[in-house]
Order: sequence, then structure tokens, then C-alpha cells
Amino acid sequence: MRGDVQASEGMRVIDASDSSMLVVFGDEISRDLNRRVIQLFHDLQESELQKSAGPRIRNLHPAYASLLIDFDPLLLPPADLRARIRELIGQSNIASSDAVRRAIEIPVCYGGELGPDLADVAQHTGFSPEEVIARHSAPEYTVYFIGFSPGFPYMGGLPESLATPRLKTPRTSVPAGSVGIGGSQTGLYPMQWSGGWRLLGRTPMRMFDPEANPPSRLQPGDLVKFTPISRESFDAMVAGR
Amino acid sequence: MALRIINPGLMTTVQDLGRYGYAHLGVTPAGAADALALRVANLLLGNDENTAALEMTLLGATVEFQRAAIVVLTGAQVDCRLGNAKAPMWRPFPVLPGAVLKCGAITGGARAYLAVQGGFRLKPVMGSVATLRSAHLGGLEGRALKAGDQLAVNHVAPSGVRRISRQAFAYLEPRRELRITPGPQASWIGPEGLQVLQRGQYVVSGDSDRRGIRFQGEALTLPPKSQLITEGISLGAMQVPPDGQPIILFVDQQTTGGYPKVANVIAIDLRHVAQLRPRDEVHFRVVTVEEAVGLLREQEEWLRKAFD
Repeated sequence: MRGDVQASEGMRVIDASDSSMLVVFGDEISRDLNRRVIQLFHDLQESELQKSAGPRIRNLHPAYASLLIDFDPLLLPPADLRARIRELIGQSNIASSDAVRRAIEIPVCYGGELGPDLADVAQHTGFSPEEVIARHSAPEYTVYFIGFSPGFPYMGGLPESLATPRLKTPRTSVPAGSVGIGGSQTGLYPMQWSGGWRLLGRTPMRMFDPEANPPSRLQPGDLVKFTPISRESFDAMVAGR
Repeated sequence: MALRIINPGLMTTVQDLGRYGYAHLGVTPAGAADALALRVANLLLGNDENTAALEMTLLGATVEFQRAAIVVLTGAQVDCRLGNAKAPMWRPFPVLPGAVLKCGAITGGARAYLAVQGGFRLKPVMGSVATLRSAHLGGLEGRALKAGDQLAVNHVAPSGVRRISRQAFAYLEPRRELRITPGPQASWIGPEGLQVLQRGQYVVSGDSDRRGIRFQGEALTLPPKSQLITEGISLGAMQVPPDGQPIILFVDQQTTGGYPKVANVIAIDLRHVAQLRPRDEVHFRVVTVEEAVGLLREQEEWLRKAFD
């Protein structure tokens, strides 16, 4: 296959353990490398490997530029998995997978008690609070992957002008739905958790619900846009959920 | 209600074999730390292997049975009394309504399992009842059990129990030599680093838990200015933070992380990791992935033949 060379360029498949394999596409944070990760993640999710009777692939951990595959080596010999990965990458069509990316709009009430660090971010970046909100809600962010805690998205696309260092002392409890900036990243806390991100606001949306299917509103590869809403809308949406 | 916690011991949680298929949503599997002890408990009782049991840590629980039941204790040796009689390990026994099973110190390991024929009636969360305390998922309200908690037991037609054959017992002996395969960043410490890991002994530190077992020993040297972008973490990965002291990431670990992983405990030795206590001394030995898979196959063959 001609596409094989290109698609697998720079790719390495490493045994992470006797039951897991790490596919590494590169060692930097970039949209292009992450697209290849998400593509392989989708291909493996859809592939017959998971649909067969036994749980041959138990878990998939996409990250910035790599995919960890946790599998049962007695049901799926490592050599077979390696061959399958090469085959999927050879056939993959990144453009087609981009077309099925979901666009998710997340309403956020910025500032006030829901966004206690908005003023600090404004001061650090030299923008007015209104301009911070405008700049934060303008881009379309990409969910590179979900990790750290249930439903926590690692997103790319924060304008460099908004980068603000994390708090020196993390908060012991950050409310669920909080949206913030940590260094050059933005994200949101789906569950109440401890954390050191600068909090800009909060979404009334429930981002992680173990009873829902799927439990996480965001999936790896999603495109995200934050929409500013008023405190009244926030309260109404919380009351209505 | 059929089982009431009188005293939860040090840390007792409900665990099955884990919540798989959600790592891409940041949900780590959790599940029994000593999965083989749980599987054997269930097979002895005629339960499905994945049936949940109580995982007790260092100090056992005291429980009252409000209904007759057939139960079994597996894992590390735990000093349990049923009335005045000492309760057996690895052998199912009946309890009468009103019976109190009092479990004391766990010795020779860190974790013991109390399983009940029929299993507990708990609502699975994302396909599993395994307790993940950090995310408040599974078990009873996603937390460790406390005094006064009640767990319903599923009604099942009483069925025969099984026995572990005498010759099969040897396989269950604890190990203090943990076998490892090189991890994704093994080259960061190089062959010399793997030698360091294998020549010394490493002592389990007190701040170990289900998320990770921390060790103190000869420090591993990482290359200067080495940085890793966050990637997936496998069960049993040996992570090396900047201080050079290894941590084995365990059942409640995060799904992703940014420290280098220089080695990984082989699948069948994870149950020995589960049984490590603070101040235990271990050795590490490097094996190949092929050997590790072969040993896993042997374990599954042992399990098929372990019962009379």
C-alpha cells in the first residue's frame, strides 16, 4: 500500500508491558500528531477486535501523540496486534475521520463567584475581563484526549496571549463544571476535584454522569466552543437539568 | 439486608475484577488488587469469576450475617473468628443467621478477600461494582465501607463448593521478587539503570496505596532535562519521578501521566504487588515479554486444574 509509508512515518510500536502496547506518533504536542492518534483510536474502537466475544482489547488510552492499548495477550497475541495496527494505519483516511468529528458547544457563565480568577487572568494578560472572555470563547478547541480524572479534557487551541501560570497553591476543591486556564492549556473540571487552574467561569452542563451513555459529554477528538451566558441563564440551566 | 458492617477495619472496599473499556474517558479500572485471590474465591463458591467481594486492607472487618450464607476468605492470611472458632482460609464455610465474623490483623501480605456465595446485590456503575474512591464510583456510594453499612446478598440456590487441591497450594505462595519487563522509557535509564534496579533491594514506603506503591532504594538516574509529554499508563508501570525512587502504578492510578515509565511488573506478579506491606523488601528481575506471556498462560492453566 502506497499510503502505508506516509501514514506510519515516524511511528513506533513499543511493548509497554506484557499486556499493553504503546503506539507513538511523535514527541510533541500538535494537532497533526493528535489527529493520527484519534484516527487509530476510532479504528480500533470500531474494529472487530473489541466486538468479538472475548474482551481482547480491554482499554484504549489516547494521549497527545500516542495511543496505549491494553489487551489480553492470551486472546490476542502481541504479534497479531502489531500486524493489525500496521494494517489499520495503512488503510486509515484522516480526512474521513475529521469529517465525523463532533462539534460541542459548552455554555459558560464567566466571572463573578463562578469564575474567581478572571480578574487575575486579566491582570496577567493585560486584557480587560471582557476581552479575556471574548478571546477565550472565540476559538474552536480540540479535545486531544481525556485523562487525569474521569471526563477531564486536555484541549488544544488556547490563544498564547491568554496563557497564565497555574496557582501556586492548588485549591483543595474545585466545583464540577469549572472552566479554567493552566499554563498554555484550557479545560474544565467535570467532577469536583482538587486543582491549580485559574478559574474563568463555570458551565451548567453536566460533563460527567456515570449513569449516562456515554458517561462523558466530551470524547477524544471533539471540537469544543465555549459560549458566554448570563448568570440568569446559568441558574435556569442548573435548575432545569 | 444480609450483611452488616460492624467495624470496617482499616480500609475495606467492594471490588470485582474492574471497570474496563472507559480509559479513554479518564476512568481507571480499579478492581481487586489481588485479582487471582478474588477469582479463586469466586470459583471456590461457584460464583462467576467477576463477582464482587470485600477487599480488606492490613486490618480486617467485623461483619454480621443477618441471613445464612456460604462465604470464603482468600488472599493474605487474616486472623478471623466465627464465634469462638478460627475461620479457615481458602476453604468455603457456612455462616448462620446472626453469626459475627470478626477479622483481625492481616499478616504475610496486605489484602484479604471476603466473598459470599451469590455475591452482593449492588447496582453496577459503567458495567462494574468496583469501588474507585477518587471518583466516587461503584461499590457503596463510591467509598470505603463504614460501620453500619448493609450489603444485600443475592439469593442463589445453594450449590456445591469446591476445594483447592493440596498440590495447587504452592502456587499461591507470596513472592518478594517482582519480575518486570522494560517499559516505554527504559532507554532513559539504559542497561545500567536496569542493572541498578536488579542488584539492590527496594523497601516499600508507608505512603503506598491502591494508586501506587512507592519504594526507597538505590535511586535511578534520569537524563538531565528529560521531559515527556503526557501518555497512557499501563497497570503495573514503574514510574520514575525526578527523585529517582520508583513507584509502581497500581489499580487506582490515573489513566495518563507525564513521568517516564522505565519498566512494568509482569501481569502475574501484580498480585504480589497487591500484597506488599510498608517496609517489605523486594527485588526486581527483568524478563522478556515472551516469558511474561508464557507465565500468564501457566497461571491460567494452573487455575483450570487447581480444584479437586
